[in-house]
Amino acid sequence: MIEVKNVEKSFGDSKVLKGISTVFDAGKTNLIIGQSGSGKTVLLKSLLGIHSPDKGTISFDGRIYSELTPDEKRALRTEIGMVFQGSALFDSMTVEENVGFPLKMFTNKTDAEIKERVNFVINRVNLINANHKKPSEISGGMQKRVAIARAIVNNPKYLFCDEPNSGLDPKTAIVIDNLIHEITVEYNITTVVNTHDMNSVMEIGDKIIFLKEGILAWEGTKKDIFKTDNEAITDFVYSSNLFKKIRKAQNKED
Amino acid sequence: MLVRYLSQIGKYFLMLKEVFRNPTKWSAMRQLIFKEIDDLIIDSLGIVCFISFFVGGVVSIQTALNLTNPLIPKYLIGFATRQSVILEFAPTFISIIMAGKMGSFITSSIGTMRVTEQIDALEVMGVNSLNYLIFPKIIALLLYPFVIGIAMFLGVFGGWIASVYGGFASSNEFITGIQQEFIPFHIAYAFIKTVVFAMLLATIPSFHGYYMKGGALEVGKASTVSFVWTSVTIILSNYILTQLLLT
Repeated sequence: MIEVKNVEKSFGDSKVLKGISTVFDAGKTNLIIGQSGSGKTVLLKSLLGIHSPDKGTISFDGRIYSELTPDEKRALRTEIGMVFQGSALFDSMTVEENVGFPLKMFTNKTDAEIKERVNFVINRVNLINANHKKPSEISGGMQKRVAIARAIVNNPKYLFCDEPNSGLDPKTAIVIDNLIHEITVEYNITTVVNTHDMNSVMEIGDKIIFLKEGILAWEGTKKDIFKTDNEAITDFVYSSNLFKKIRKAQNKED
Repeated sequence: MLVRYLSQIGKYFLMLKEVFRNPTKWSAMRQLIFKEIDDLIIDSLGIVCFISFFVGGVVSIQTALNLTNPLIPKYLIGFATRQSVILEFAPTFISIIMAGKMGSFITSSIGTMRVTEQIDALEVMGVNSLNYLIFPKIIALLLYPFVIGIAMFLGVFGGWIASVYGGFASSNEFITGIQQEFIPFHIAYAFIKTVVFAMLLATIPSFHGYYMKGGALEVGKASTVSFVWTSVTIILSNYILTQLLLT
């Protein structure tokens, strides 16, 4: 569980996060949504420790990040898996080496044990015949799978995904979303996904927080979105005609 | 402007401090070091050999053509070639060429890792990215004096070939010139300079790549800026070291 308490962050005169408080539960896919410039990425980077909040605290199962020693922070980071927007795979390494990288760096496993675990997670994300290929030789969807495999290979307690399905076709995007959700439930991981893809929201959003101009404007589940009267979230979600129609149909059903 | 430069210098030294902290696991580091030796040292040998041989030849021809007075002994061609190659050409000018070849490779590879979030990925995993990326380059460049040793040998050899086969001096005259007034400390001086230049070659381009901001265009700009600053610091440190060691 990750607890965010009254987090504020400014860059120069611009206040990007204005007192965000929320809880991300384990075993659930928590989504951060909002327009571009709403503070999603800054919140995600603050959770990752890349930005230090000016005010407020972020705690990982009771461990307040800002109060940890550098060694404790480094140890905590080995419990974190991250899927970057552009996958961030190491160009010079093969798929197998990319996935095995965290194990090689942070465990005392033998090469055979690493290979076994790597093959297991590669199979888990349904990657076939790609072990010895370089990232540049595989498709965007496959790169995302490799990034997910690398993120979960060391059994992380926390998984962060920044726009995991950007640049993917809708079908592959749904496969990636479902994969993240399945892994979250299967391994009881606290997953936080930063997205503005409404398909992801409807597909895997166990908990959704909506940021608007640095303020947490709404939070709830994917079902709550159809029922809410909160203007900020309805404006954002129903900016697409498709979702307006879905809402109408949903309301009729109710 | 001055404040900005001072702040960059301060940032560079803080980076160096960080490079030696939280070391990467030795088994992984060993592989990185071998890879860097291959990329930075082995891959540079061809161009270094080619340039050294021909520049040595040109130095020898130029010296011969300027020795018009028949009273000046011809062995001076060998002497001048040796002094030019060992004292300046091999350590300093090869290093400036390497600032372009090796430096732009270092800046662009680290800069691309920055742009594609690979450095963020390392940091999020808990890896000290500065140690992981820069330390193996520093270790690999400890072999740089060997490259310069080869450049010295080939420079003088190129001078001998040009001199003898160009008909400017006999082999005996050239070799006498090479042995004339030989001061062993000059070799030590050249290698001391080389070690300093190796450190600059490993760290300044890394600094520019690591702290670059922006996209692909900025990677190119960072490579250019890194070449300029590496060359400037090599020239300045060359002046300071010459003043300290030879006067």
